[in-house]
Amino acid sequence: MGKYVFKRIIGLAALLLGITIITFSVIHIAPGRPTDLEAQFNPKVSMEARERIAHLYGLDKPLHIQYIEWLKRFARLDFGISFMDSRPVMQKILERMPITLTIELFSIILILLIGIPIGVGSAVKEGSFYDRFMTVFVFIGFAMPTFWLSLILMDFIGVRWGILPISGIKSLEFEKFGNFEKIIDMSKHLILPVFVSAFGGLAGISRYMRSSMLNVLKQDYIRTARAKGLREKDVLYKHALKNALLPVVTILGLSVPGLIGGSVIFESIFSIPGMGRLFYESVMARDYPVIMGVLVIGAVLTLLGNLLADISYAAVDPRIKLE
Amino acid sequence: MNKYSNSTSAAFKKAAFLWYGISKTEIPTTKNRLKSYRKAIFLVTILFLLGFTPNYGDTIVTGSIGEPRTLVPILASDSSSGTICSLIFNGLVKYDKDLNLTGDLAEKWEVSQDGLDITFYLRKGVLWHDGAPFTSKDVEFTYKSLIDPNVRTPYGGDFQMVKSLKVIDDYTLKVFYKEPFSPGLASWGMNIMPAHLLEKEDLNATKFARNPIGTGPYKFKLWKTGERVELVSNHDYFEGRPCIDGYIYRVIPDTATLFLELRAQAVDYTSLTPIQYRRQTETEFFKKNFQRFNFPSFGYTYMGYNLKDPKFKNVDVRRAINYAVNKEEIIKGVLLGLGRISTGPFIPESWAYNKDVLPLEYDPGKAKELLKNAGWSDSDGDGILEKDGIKFSFTVITNQGNDERKMTLEIIQRRLREVGIEVKIKIIEWSAFVSEFIDKRRFEAVLLGWGLSLDPDMYDIWHSSKTREGEFNFIGYSNKEVDRLLLEGRRTFNQEERKRIYHRIHEILYEDEPCLFLFVPDALPVLHNRFKGVEVAPSGIGYNFIKWFVPRSEQRYTR
Repeated sequence: MGKYVFKRIIGLAALLLGITIITFSVIHIAPGRPTDLEAQFNPKVSMEARERIAHLYGLDKPLHIQYIEWLKRFARLDFGISFMDSRPVMQKILERMPITLTIELFSIILILLIGIPIGVGSAVKEGSFYDRFMTVFVFIGFAMPTFWLSLILMDFIGVRWGILPISGIKSLEFEKFGNFEKIIDMSKHLILPVFVSAFGGLAGISRYMRSSMLNVLKQDYIRTARAKGLREKDVLYKHALKNALLPVVTILGLSVPGLIGGSVIFESIFSIPGMGRLFYESVMARDYPVIMGVLVIGAVLTLLGNLLADISYAAVDPRIKLE
Repeated sequence: MNKYSNSTSAAFKKAAFLWYGISKTEIPTTKNRLKSYRKAIFLVTILFLLGFTPNYGDTIVTGSIGEPRTLVPILASDSSSGTICSLIFNGLVKYDKDLNLTGDLAEKWEVSQDGLDITFYLRKGVLWHDGAPFTSKDVEFTYKSLIDPNVRTPYGGDFQMVKSLKVIDDYTLKVFYKEPFSPGLASWGMNIMPAHLLEKEDLNATKFARNPIGTGPYKFKLWKTGERVELVSNHDYFEGRPCIDGYIYRVIPDTATLFLELRAQAVDYTSLTPIQYRRQTETEFFKKNFQRFNFPSFGYTYMGYNLKDPKFKNVDVRRAINYAVNKEEIIKGVLLGLGRISTGPFIPESWAYNKDVLPLEYDPGKAKELLKNAGWSDSDGDGILEKDGIKFSFTVITNQGNDERKMTLEIIQRRLREVGIEVKIKIIEWSAFVSEFIDKRRFEAVLLGWGLSLDPDMYDIWHSSKTREGEFNFIGYSNKEVDRLLLEGRRTFNQEERKRIYHRIHEILYEDEPCLFLFVPDALPVLHNRFKGVEVAPSGIGYNFIKWFVPRSEQRYTR
């Protein structure tokens, strides 16, 4: 096991290096430069000034030199300085990470808590009204455009009924609140975003759960269990569910990078200063150090997620041996 | 919200108005007149006293889609940073409400006879927010930073014309130019930075960028990344304490959300789109709770031709396109009437704009005639003109994310099709658009807008020498008379003479048609009703921001 993990990690490091080479080339080859920011399409900003700024950013050096410089910094876990506001990339990412992580975690928990029972129920009562209703319900959530649902909810719940705040993560008076009030205030701001993001994600988990459960229910050992005269409850929840959960573990592993990725549309609509917006803004501004920082962290997490999924697979399924 | 002026307070204006009203309605006998005067004087005194205990307090919450990048003013190139910097800092000069240059940190200035040097006399007793006095050292420091090759400022251009800057004493300094350069005066509107705090700092990476100290009406309080920036009023501001105590700049990246926040009255001030102005805010609720404004913005939209392209070489062809496009229709359709036809590259309300240049009427008949005379005819009967076997078909490019430009192009496309010209539309993401297509001249025609600076100098856009890669005369315009006039306009400080020069440039540009001037859209700010003292002037509404106030009974945010 230890040897396996070690071998995998070596492999992943090589893979990561490859990923950085490709992403670095792609974002630099893509048309546009950091000096073309919208506001700089300004006759007062001369071409000389733009060239000079590019030089100060080191963008006039050959691409491979730029990459090696980047790699040297990366080896020291230094992602460099953002072009946009000259702040360390790591600081910018760490500042944005907690809120995205909070929302994504809550929404994943919510998805699991609701999605798994829906999937199991649908499988057990395959073809019933409940099954068909839930299928339609989760697909509505999946197909509904996030921005539309968010705006409708904001309009009714936020503007017309005034129950919850519309956007942002804190009230303007937040600093004056006591600790308890602060928690209440933040929770109120999080309800709509978490709900919207969970609603869209229900379909995935519940459908996986349903099909994997159906698959398991057709297995011989389930028939055996039933033939033994076990109670249906034990058959379903002790024997079937345990096995049916395996694919869900994989999906969870794969969703690790999503935890910090965030979503542009969703964060923009709710004015949440999260990772999705940071990434989008830096792409639009060609802020290479930030783009690289976010992508590399995402890549590391994806690779680690895969590794974790494989390891936990072995942990929950004795048939799988890691070599 | 960029410019301020030291105009009389709103309360005082009201008093003057009342005076007028009373003396007019009374019967004009001597006795009565005396009585009415006394009454008026009494009223004025009362109002004056009221005016002297102004309604301080409350906070204005503005909503904006962009987040500021840096609050080092000479590095700030985006409009969000600019807006906030303009509240925290001052320049030496500024534009007043009628778009004339006036003193800001400089009390007055003198331009020498030969136009080669400017002497600035600075205001005395101005303090930085940390209490240090403002002196000419700060101006010198700001100038040196602007021309420092290691500082990432995009604004060095205007200051390259400066030969040297000499500090005479703490409150006097002299700027020497290599040649007379009248736009240089307005360039001293650049926000001045404190030397005592920044002299030893690396401006590109200083902490000052997120914790600035200025001389302006508002002091920096906090900046929550991605959420908001908060400012508080500077009680010692040299033009007087601003009436509104707090200023909160909220970042709300989605325009639909921004509008909902406005409707929930969680945002006090933002700008509307034409459709929001015409449709969504035409409700009882908005009329009761908000005041809306519209006035010409400082910018125009145009369709520029690549003048190197043989199709556009003939001025009659370009004029035919102007005749074939119905500008009124575009303003009605795209801006819902909230804009005006533009005929030249100047601010419609400024002295440089030549009001005698009239837009060409929509006249497809004339367009067809001009095209025919230029040798274009539909010989194969497919509805599209040809000349020497080449179809009159061209592609217009514009940037992604601007629906107004897209819709404008769709209307132009249809109108030109009617006279036998085929137009294709291509929309490209901004950064790629600039570096791959504009800078490299890879386009047949382009639909874009220019934001206008308040000084009419347009050398960089229209002079024939500015056509290299990355320069701004990317349509490749060249006219000897315009070249000469542009230079003359830079060399004289005499406004009458400059007026004559820019009016002539305006005329020539409309005759030459290097591009199709389309429209100047209106700025459409919306402001909560509790803010009083707001008046529209040629410069917009922001010029007297420090005089805006909220009557005590209506104040919402207490600190």
